[in-house]
Amino acid sequence: MANQIQYIFDNENLNRSEPAKFSSDDLQRDEMIINIGPQHPSTHGVLRLEVVTKGEQIVEVVPHLGYLHRCFEKHAENLPYNQVLPFVDRMDYLAAMNSEHAYVMGVERMLGIENDIPARVEYIRVLVAELNRLASHFLALGSYGMDLGAVTGFFWMMRDREHILRLLEWVSGARMLYNYIWVGGLFYDLPVGFEERCMEFVQYLKPKIKELEELVIQNQIFIQRTAKVGVLSADLAINYGITGPMLRGSGLAYDLRKVDGYSVYSELEFDVPVGKGEMGELGDCWDRTWVRVKECYESIKIIEQCLNRLKGEHQRTKSFDPRAAVPKKIRPKAQDLYIRAENPKGETGFYFRADGKSDVPFRCKARGASFVNLSIINELSKGGLIADLIAVIGSIDIVLGEVDR
Amino acid sequence: MGLLDQKLAQGGIVISKLEDLLNWARLSSMWPMGFGTACCAIEFMSAQSTPYDMDRLGMIPRASPRQSDVMIVAGTVTFKMADRVRRLYEQMAEPRYVVSMGSCSNCGGPYWEHGYHVVKGVDRIIPVDVYVPGCPPRPEALIGGLIKLQDKVRSESIIAPKAVEKLLKEKP
Amino acid sequence: MTAIEIKTLIDESLPQAVIQVVEDASPQGLELEPHFLVETMLFLHSHPQLYFDSLSCITGMDNGAELEELEVIYNLYSLPNDIHLMTKVKLEKKNPVVDSLTGIWRTADWHEREVYDLFGIHFNQHPDLRRILLPADWEGHPLRKDYKEQSYYRGIEVKY
Repeated sequence: MANQIQYIFDNENLNRSEPAKFSSDDLQRDEMIINIGPQHPSTHGVLRLEVVTKGEQIVEVVPHLGYLHRCFEKHAENLPYNQVLPFVDRMDYLAAMNSEHAYVMGVERMLGIENDIPARVEYIRVLVAELNRLASHFLALGSYGMDLGAVTGFFWMMRDREHILRLLEWVSGARMLYNYIWVGGLFYDLPVGFEERCMEFVQYLKPKIKELEELVIQNQIFIQRTAKVGVLSADLAINYGITGPMLRGSGLAYDLRKVDGYSVYSELEFDVPVGKGEMGELGDCWDRTWVRVKECYESIKIIEQCLNRLKGEHQRTKSFDPRAAVPKKIRPKAQDLYIRAENPKGETGFYFRADGKSDVPFRCKARGASFVNLSIINELSKGGLIADLIAVIGSIDIVLGEVDR
Repeated sequence: MGLLDQKLAQGGIVISKLEDLLNWARLSSMWPMGFGTACCAIEFMSAQSTPYDMDRLGMIPRASPRQSDVMIVAGTVTFKMADRVRRLYEQMAEPRYVVSMGSCSNCGGPYWEHGYHVVKGVDRIIPVDVYVPGCPPRPEALIGGLIKLQDKVRSESIIAPKAVEKLLKEKP
Repeated sequence: MTAIEIKTLIDESLPQAVIQVVEDASPQGLELEPHFLVETMLFLHSHPQLYFDSLSCITGMDNGAELEELEVIYNLYSLPNDIHLMTKVKLEKKNPVVDSLTGIWRTADWHEREVYDLFGIHFNQHPDLRRILLPADWEGHPLRKDYKEQSYYRGIEVKY
């Protein structure tokens, strides 16, 4: 049964709900205000940018957020710990497994059961998280290419991303939002035959990433659009709290998987690719994109090691139950806890406060990597051209679900 | 088999009702405006790209409301976005259709209870023709919804089109 | 370096700044005096043994109806020394005002705007304190424990 239309239309509504920061009185000679978004194909969602320009040159960028504020923190205060998980998925919907992993680690640490998790469960967690990281990077690279006019790359990446989604659907039953990693375990064990299929897929994937690298990343047009654009120095990045491929693109090898070594990442071998400024300056858009491509190779390395161990020392046994350690009642003792993990976009953090009396978090705050990374957009695009602004947005790789939460 | 394929086989003369011709033209080139807001937008992108290929239904995604016939509201609509949704809908030219994709835009989805900033159904802002359930719906489901919309267009009549129908209803 | 060691370091130059070491916190925590917040944070940011160059997260919190207080929690991390620190300040609910840290960490800008938006905590000397997530004409601060959502917005019912 359809609802009645209740909305009262008024032309002034737009200005009342989100007034622009600048008005025509604030402008100097030759300056103008251009509004980009919230409905714009290259803002990667519902981001709105208020751009003050002088001719083609950007004077200031004011981002307006909140068009996708879905009240994650309110839900987390009203639902038990295990029921918050689907909302965690919907926060960073491109890398649901990674956010789930971070959240679940936090709750397990609060309960004090983080060392009771079977190794097979941990390896499966890392495996699915890395698969999802690949999917997220593929979408980032593909749509970044499309923003800059390389449509082929987008179709190729979507094709390969579809394979990952189908693998993860086989594992969890859902294509994008999985609710697969549970507090204390997993929804199910891997399906029979998954390891072999996944290994086949990984072998298929390696030349495909190489192909993308040649098609998009090494493309002369792409290089000209991205090199020496949006240069970010490491000092400024740290001061702005930037993490993930953006910080690594600025030349700092800071990866939480290495620094914290959480889960079983400390037992796995992989490198942390950093930007070198090959095509222009260190920390430009090209470096950030290049780091993402290199990370895809590293993720494949991790996936291969996980698969080998899941077939070897931690192989499936008849008695293995991924839900064996799942607590019946999740009631941590009163404490504060901040947990962080490496999302494809950067550091995803959860701040918990448990009051020790209920199954519901007293407060659960999510620190979105995209939220923090986006805050630097004014610094990066100031003084550049309007076309470079699009290149900068794409290189930040934001997910609006995580920005607005 | 399409209308044209059938008729062209018989000597190139097409005899049809004007109504059918109009509807046929409309339904086979529905240009959607991808109003992607959230998770569903990613599935919408999947539906556009190689594995599902929405182009075979004559659908080329447009970025501008003025070039599009159908608005696919893919994702959560918040109160801040509500003004924009309505504004974009007003900018579309008649005949215009709306597909509500995903539970969030159907009824608020998982955010129905505690989501103070989520509009519980985009049909409180604009009229909706087809609802596609799912969180997020698979691309197959979206394409199914679009075929439903084509059925709806096929059964339309120029004697009493939607806008006139509405006017007739308002006058007692 | 533990919270107690950090407290001794701060006490040497700013004796009144730290109220207590917070138990049951992971990472280790300190409760700070709101009046000396900026000085303390500047100390933590620039002391060579600590060098907390990264502000990971700012969390606002409403401690419920009985306590009548709001809380702001800062999660700091030192990249070169690999130290975590959680610092808290407690504010009255009637007039929640605290100094802004945007002068030290630029990332504090948006985090503080978010806390202002959702809790109504005012930050002094913040360059641009506007609502960040909710519409400008929204009523109330939704993450306070006593928040009731408005019944209509633009004529649309807010409840299901």
